[in-house]
Amino acid sequence: MEPAIELKKISKSFGPVQANKDINISVMPGTIHGIIGENGAGKSTLMSILYGFYKADAGEIFVDGKKISIPDSQAAIAVGIGMVFQHFKLVENFSVLENIVLGAESGALLSPSLSKARTELAELASEYELNVDPDAIIEDIGVGMQQRVEILKALYRKANILILDEPTGVLTPAEADQLFRILKRLREEGKTIILITHKLREIMDITDTVSVMRQGEMTATLKTDDTSPEDLAELMVGRKVLLRVDKTPAKPTDPVLEIQNLSMVDDFGVKRLKNINLTVKAGEILGIAGVAGNGQSELLQVLGGYSAATGVIKLNGSEIDLSTSVSGDGQARRAMGMAHVPEDRQREGLIMDFMAWENAVFGYHREKSNQANRFFMDNNAIRKETEEKMKRFDVRPPNPKLTAKNFSGGNQQKIVLAREIERNPDLLLVGQPTRGVDIGAIEFIHQQIVALRDQGKAILLISVELDEILSLSDRVLVMFDGEIMGERQPENTNEKELGLLMAGVSEEFAQ
Amino acid sequence: MDIMPKWVDIIVVPFISVLIAAVLSALLIIAIGESPIAALNLMIEGTLFRSAGWGYMLYYTTNFIFTGLAVSVAFHAALFNIGGEGQAMIGGLGVALVCLFIPWPHWTLAIIGASIGAAVFGMVWAGLPAYLQAKRGSHIVITTIMFNFIAAGVLNFFLVDVLKPKGSMDPASANFPTTTHLPTFQDMASIFGFEKAFRSAPANVSFFIAILACAAVWYLIWRSPLGYEIRALGKSGPAARYAGVRPVKIIMIAMMISGALCGMMAINTTQGESERLILNFTEGAGFIGIAVALMGRSHPFGVLLAALLFGFLYQGGAELALWTKIPRELIVVIQALVILFTGALSLMVRAPLERFFMSLQKAKA
Amino acid sequence: MNIFTKTLSTLVGLTMAASAALAEPAIIYDLGGKFDKSFNESAHTGAKRWADETGGSFKEIELQNEAQREQALRRFAEAGANPIVMAGFGFADSLGKVAPDYPDTKFAVIDVFWLGIPNVREIAFNEHEGSYLVGMMAAKASKSGTVGFVGGMDIPLIRRFGCGYAQGVKAVNPNATVIANMTGTTPAAWNDPVKGSELTKAQISQGADVVYAAAGGTGVGVLQTAADEGILSIGVDANQNYLHPGKVLTSMLKRVDNAVYEAFLAGENLETGLVVQMGISNGGVGYALDEHNASLVSDEMKSAVDAAAASIASGSMSVHNYTDDETCPAITF
Repeated sequence: MEPAIELKKISKSFGPVQANKDINISVMPGTIHGIIGENGAGKSTLMSILYGFYKADAGEIFVDGKKISIPDSQAAIAVGIGMVFQHFKLVENFSVLENIVLGAESGALLSPSLSKARTELAELASEYELNVDPDAIIEDIGVGMQQRVEILKALYRKANILILDEPTGVLTPAEADQLFRILKRLREEGKTIILITHKLREIMDITDTVSVMRQGEMTATLKTDDTSPEDLAELMVGRKVLLRVDKTPAKPTDPVLEIQNLSMVDDFGVKRLKNINLTVKAGEILGIAGVAGNGQSELLQVLGGYSAATGVIKLNGSEIDLSTSVSGDGQARRAMGMAHVPEDRQREGLIMDFMAWENAVFGYHREKSNQANRFFMDNNAIRKETEEKMKRFDVRPPNPKLTAKNFSGGNQQKIVLAREIERNPDLLLVGQPTRGVDIGAIEFIHQQIVALRDQGKAILLISVELDEILSLSDRVLVMFDGEIMGERQPENTNEKELGLLMAGVSEEFAQ
Repeated sequence: MDIMPKWVDIIVVPFISVLIAAVLSALLIIAIGESPIAALNLMIEGTLFRSAGWGYMLYYTTNFIFTGLAVSVAFHAALFNIGGEGQAMIGGLGVALVCLFIPWPHWTLAIIGASIGAAVFGMVWAGLPAYLQAKRGSHIVITTIMFNFIAAGVLNFFLVDVLKPKGSMDPASANFPTTTHLPTFQDMASIFGFEKAFRSAPANVSFFIAILACAAVWYLIWRSPLGYEIRALGKSGPAARYAGVRPVKIIMIAMMISGALCGMMAINTTQGESERLILNFTEGAGFIGIAVALMGRSHPFGVLLAALLFGFLYQGGAELALWTKIPRELIVVIQALVILFTGALSLMVRAPLERFFMSLQKAKA
Repeated sequence: MNIFTKTLSTLVGLTMAASAALAEPAIIYDLGGKFDKSFNESAHTGAKRWADETGGSFKEIELQNEAQREQALRRFAEAGANPIVMAGFGFADSLGKVAPDYPDTKFAVIDVFWLGIPNVREIAFNEHEGSYLVGMMAAKASKSGTVGFVGGMDIPLIRRFGCGYAQGVKAVNPNATVIANMTGTTPAAWNDPVKGSELTKAQISQGADVVYAAAGGTGVGVLQTAADEGILSIGVDANQNYLHPGKVLTSMLKRVDNAVYEAFLAGENLETGLVVQMGISNGGVGYALDEHNASLVSDEMKSAVDAAAASIASGSMSVHNYTDDETCPAITF
């Protein structure tokens, strides 16, 4: 049998950076093939070449045994390649049907296209068990549904090969399970699926074969049944990796952060936080689980001092005045012993155009230790100190004059962590500490957070990665729609139970 | 890690931009039947081979340094201050009030007073749109450009109805008292015995204040925590909020510094050159400041170099107007070409250069 | 004046004497530019007429900014140009500084009358007198009893035009309404025909059926719109009757061209150290009558205006000059 799709010796470089080097892949029809690798390993570049966004410098592409060239995405669609992006490309205020037809209208008039699409959509839906309401408006339906629309869009364009880029990033565990059922169904119907992910569990669960990429090269192609998560991790990173966090039981003492009846309404009048009550004690890690967009970000913003809210927040027993809380309180809170590793390091935690040493004092730049005199910052001392800090946190390369955007995601996160942890704070807020961070760095970051806890500091951890919450936290709270749904001990719960709470199923029912 | 070496970015890119503008200008001059080489000779000779030419060039340069720095400071906070023109006008009003109504014993004191007056007036004028931006979200580009018109109205009102001496036709204030007159380069050169140097050229001591301002802005932006916060806010609003930088405060401060610098341009034009307040003294320097800041990459040293270039173009343009039949409009076109290529279209030059350096690196690898 | 400048002037004087034989006259236009269809262009016409008639050549420059005023004066003076004529009151200040440094160069400046420097000829026009005459004509031509005035930049000089005009209107019809608008407060107002057109339309909607434009290049828009809308207009400075034959009632003539021509003609023998008042009496101002507006000017109108002109010229009647005391009896601005 011919492979559904075959890549031979694909190479692509951006300036001095070799993003893909002599990549060979061959995927048989009716199988699910996983591509796994760390951020920056070249997965996305490869798929962009396949979908006609980039032109390969060298190499050949075969579809169903025929050599083809893919100059643009129209050509990719023409040969039956469909793509579901990590960030959906849907028009928010169009209906499902309109989104599916968009760009594939059959004539100058819209209504014949729409009615034709309506019939085809019904056929597709029954064939693949992909039920959606064709007249629903995109912004009114959930992300899981939106993803289905993306898949339907590809199928409507007669895709035989479906590429999914990090499809579970925005889904609850339950929604992810549903997606996997759909993918299996598509496989049964003879579709070929390429799944790009950095989650080992997904590879193990659903793929038939898997390719591992590292630094632009394909390091291995394996049958999934013949491998293990540990092996894959080692192939990805190039060395043995500890996947589990090694930590001793927590010894919590006095409360450091106390939150009572905290509520917050955003600029559009939507209530984002509803009567949050929680306490973080010294020497423990409190994890907050939840699907992205359920108020965790807002909680961090309020605590970090750049969103107004009502209620009571006490840090080390002294109450923070929330009535005057405006953006700009961050420096005052840092002075009170709070440190904050924000969810989005590229948007908030770092200034991408600043050099590493400038980022290393961000938020602390007015502290006495960083001032040469009353008027000026002590740039030389900061640079020197940053270099040492970078070495301690294994930031590569440890060059304080390099701009932040030139570091990889993991090294960027280490710069943020080094800044916040080395201040020796009483309370550390951590949002998505390992998002987009390579596996090798994840291990290091987790160790640093646990070490801080063991020094008797309080840590509030927010993450959408359940694995991370379960392995790091000493206690777990689940947030849904701005509310705390319940508390669990990580050793006495499982992903399924947490998944139900994350989906808003009430506590009693979840038990 | 950056694709191009820094010197290429700072020197080669502007140089090529100017070269392209020069070639296009030469074609234009040929098209109207004059010799571009003679024109260039005239510009260089009239500007660089005569001390008075230098005196005029540095006079214009002083203006452009102030407005270029002003635009740069606002740029660092990601604010586009198009209101330099108006801020300079109001700054001139400050200079005039200080010089006319306070009896200064000596110019050394008067220049301090006038600088403060100019800075405060310019600051207030930039502060109003800054407040509207920071608190109300009214876009600074729109408000500052509107404030240019309001400033012209205010200046006109003061000149026509308040400051104009009775019976004078000119919408201008009375002449400032001689104790406020600033030493020109001619006065300074004659101290050293070069009595013929810089004859009657308007360049004056405020040029040195402009140089000081360059240094001050450099320290502010790259050394002070305030400059750090200005740059942080300019690069990333969300990150600045995270770090506890108050956007409202920084927007206000950055714009007010910008306005103060624009206002200080008036010590050169109003106290230094005309020695009275006239209606149209800004002459578009507020807008040229944008080009200067773009070309100088918002760095004080770059601003200084760009201001020198534009000073040369202005004085050279005057020479062309004096001795050739090249119409005034074409001289403006030539100046505009330089602005276009160095400011707006610098990316056009930079992109191919980046590709060139990329291929160089690849060849090495 | 210190020793230094004195030495310098002597030095310059010496070089000047050496090159005196080659002296050619020079003219410096104001910021509006020499083709403004009005004031500067009129000056240019005078210079050109001199060149055509005598076969001589002259230097000229259009200024780009204020700082160039003094620069152009000095560079021309150093190059030996003589006499140097300046069009516009804006030169007064620079000339006051420069003229004493070049005592052997003759200067003439238009619209300035307060300097009193030995080698400067100051030429002032009595625009209020000319405007008075065209105001009378406007009032006589108007059927609605409402007439308009569009000024350029709002400065006393232009108010002088408007004030004389209003006096002329009221002299004919004390109940007439004069609508006065200024185009702007910056020099851009001299060259904004679009704004001029808008102002004219606004005045028409308020009932004006004759509009007087004293606005440099802006006036082109005023005259055009008046012609399009079927009302009469009055031009200024140069004779603008030809622009829209049969639709321009007249033009208030300000013979800048004559002043320049005479100065060039006199050359190095130009009489200086005095203020030349160019009024009705010596043909400096007046109104234009030619084949383009003959049908619009009735004999009755003409005789009334000529009578007024005669009495102004003889001094038996005087028109209030706004710039004397910055007030106007006939209109408030």
